[in-house]
Amino acid sequence: AEMAARLSENRLVSLPLSRIRVIMKSSPEVSSINQDALFLTAKATELFVQYLASYSYKHGRGKEKNALTYTDLSHTAEECETFQFLADILPKKILASKYLKMLEKEKQDGEVGEDDEEDEEDEDETVG
Amino acid sequence: MAERPEDLNLPNAVITRIIKEALPDGVNISKEARSAISRAASVFVLYATSCANNFAMKGKRKTLNAGDVLSAMEEMEFQRFMVPLKESLEVYRREQKGKKEARKDKDKKADSEEQDKSREEDNDDDDERMEEEEPNEEEEVDN
Repeated sequence: AEMAARLSENRLVSLPLSRIRVIMKSSPEVSSINQDALFLTAKATELFVQYLASYSYKHGRGKEKNALTYTDLSHTAEECETFQFLADILPKKILASKYLKMLEKEKQDGEVGEDDEEDEEDEDETVG
Repeated sequence: MAERPEDLNLPNAVITRIIKEALPDGVNISKEARSAISRAASVFVLYATSCANNFAMKGKRKTLNAGDVLSAMEEMEFQRFMVPLKESLEVYRREQKGKKEARKDKDKKADSEEQDKSREEDNDDDDERMEEEEPNEEEEVDN
């Protein structure tokens, strides 16, 4: 169990506890945090990062097979219930041109436009 | 204490390393993806803290403890973390105990100036060891 608990560099946790603590304390209702709770939160965050990354890579519908992209992540947030709390910070992206078309269509039809599939990520100006 | 925006972020190098450990060799991570995961991790901490705090309040306690965090994980549907978390916690507790005993011995031996390490119970005074290798990716806030 001890072996399993350690990471590849033989540490128990890599994320700095002091930084985790700052984030936790930014929550107004929290008064104090005991050391074990701080450690567990840091460790859980590492497990979470790994889970989010591996899940998104496996289920990503992105065209790239040898890369993990933003698109993979935002798909995960939208489609997997466990990660739905991330939906707001990992919005799907659409091209600005598509967004403008959508707005126009909305005006014309008076209906709510459907979410377009996102395309390329970088060069074009994107709207979240 | 006023937090600057960067203080609520986690160090990029560490996040990148953790991601790489989870993916097969040779898989690239776009900068955007890395940055998104980092933000997601911060949000995770906030969500977990809020959830754990609810359990503490239910128990009429003001201090978050290990049980609260574990209950939060279950509530958030991360049951898969329970076993690795509990195992790590055991190792961590043993380590902390070992350190305390080592300090006690030191105290007994030398009455002279010793670095002020432990203050209150819930201070992360053992951080230094864990942070040693990050060479100022960002300014570390040390309590």
